[in-house]
Amino acid sequence: MNIQLSVNNELTELADSTLLSDALKLWGYGDSKIAVAINGEFVPRSTYREHLLQQGDLIDIVKPVGGG
Amino acid sequence: MSMTTPEKDFTLYGEHFSSRFLLGTALYASPQLMRDSITQSRCEIVTLGLRRQNPANRDGDAIWQYIQESGCRLLPNTAGCKSVKEAVTLAEMSREIFNTDWIKLEVVGDDYNLQPDPFGLVEAAVILIKKGFKVLPYCTDDLILCKRLLDVGCEVLMPWGSPIGTGQGLLNRYNLRTLRERIKDVPMIIDAGLGAPSQATEAMEMGFDGILLNTAVAKAHNPPLMAEAFADAIDAGRKAFKAGLMQKRQTASPSTPTIGQPFWHQQ
Repeated sequence: MNIQLSVNNELTELADSTLLSDALKLWGYGDSKIAVAINGEFVPRSTYREHLLQQGDLIDIVKPVGGG
Repeated sequence: MSMTTPEKDFTLYGEHFSSRFLLGTALYASPQLMRDSITQSRCEIVTLGLRRQNPANRDGDAIWQYIQESGCRLLPNTAGCKSVKEAVTLAEMSREIFNTDWIKLEVVGDDYNLQPDPFGLVEAAVILIKKGFKVLPYCTDDLILCKRLLDVGCEVLMPWGSPIGTGQGLLNRYNLRTLRERIKDVPMIIDAGLGAPSQATEAMEMGFDGILLNTAVAKAHNPPLMAEAFADAIDAGRKAFKAGLMQKRQTASPSTPTIGQPFWHQQ
C-alpha cells in the first residue's frame, strides 16, 4: 500500500513504512548537502535512518544557495 | 604599528575580524563574478541561504564550492520567512548544513518593503538563543526594538539603511544617529538598502561598525570593481570616524590666515 505526501510542494507517492533515508536516495538527493523539515519541524540528519514517513507528510528539502 | 596593518578590532560574538564588510552571495550573473567580488571586497564574512532545489539541479554547487574556497565565515540567513516558526526551523536547518550557530535572523513583516517584523524578531530571537544560536537580527532602526533584541541576548544588531534591494541609502538618519548615540557598546552593522559606496562611508562616519550588502555589488556593471569600491569606502568611513569629524558651521571661516593678507591698505 502506498502513502501520498508532498515533497517541496509536489505530490508524490511512496510505499508505506518508507524510511526518510531511503526516500531521499529514491528522490535523487543521495549524498547531497541538504537539510530536511517535515510538517514544518526540523528533522536532524542523525534521525533519517529511523524516521518513517507518514501519509500526508509535507516535506521540505533545502540546499545552499547564494543569499543576502 | 604599520599604517597598512589592518586592525582586528571588529568583534562579533567573540570572533575578531579585520574587515568590516559583510557581503551577500546572491544575484550575481555568474558564480565566477561572485567569487571575484568576494576576493575584491576583502570581506571575511559572507551571507548565504537555503532553498528548495530539484536534486538534478546542480546550479548552486559552484556557488557553494566558491564560498567554501573563500575561507570566509558563513552567516546563513532566514530570508523570506514570514513567521517565527518558519524562521526557527530554517535556522535549525542552516545550523546543521553549514555547521555554524551564527544566524542572520530575518522575519519579514510586509511583502511590499520586506520590512522586518519587530514582534516576530524578538520572539524568534528568544527561541533561537535558548537553542544556542548566535543571533544577528536584521531589524529596523527602531530604538526600542533594538533595545529589546539586546535584552533577550542578541550581541549584534543589524538595522536597515533602507528596504532590501532599493539602493536608497540611509533613509532615516535621525533614527540611525539616535541608535548609535543610545547603544554605544554593541556592534551595529548597517544591513540592506545601500546602493553607493558613499552611503557606506556615511554610515561608517556615523560610527556604525560594519556594512552588509549584496545587491549594490551584484547588480553593478562590474561587481568585483564595485566590491573593491565599497571596501575602500568602508575603510575610509571607519578612519574618518576614528579621526573625528569637524563640527559643521553655518558661516564661512577662512582656512588661510587673515593676518598678513597682502593688497589690503587702510583707507
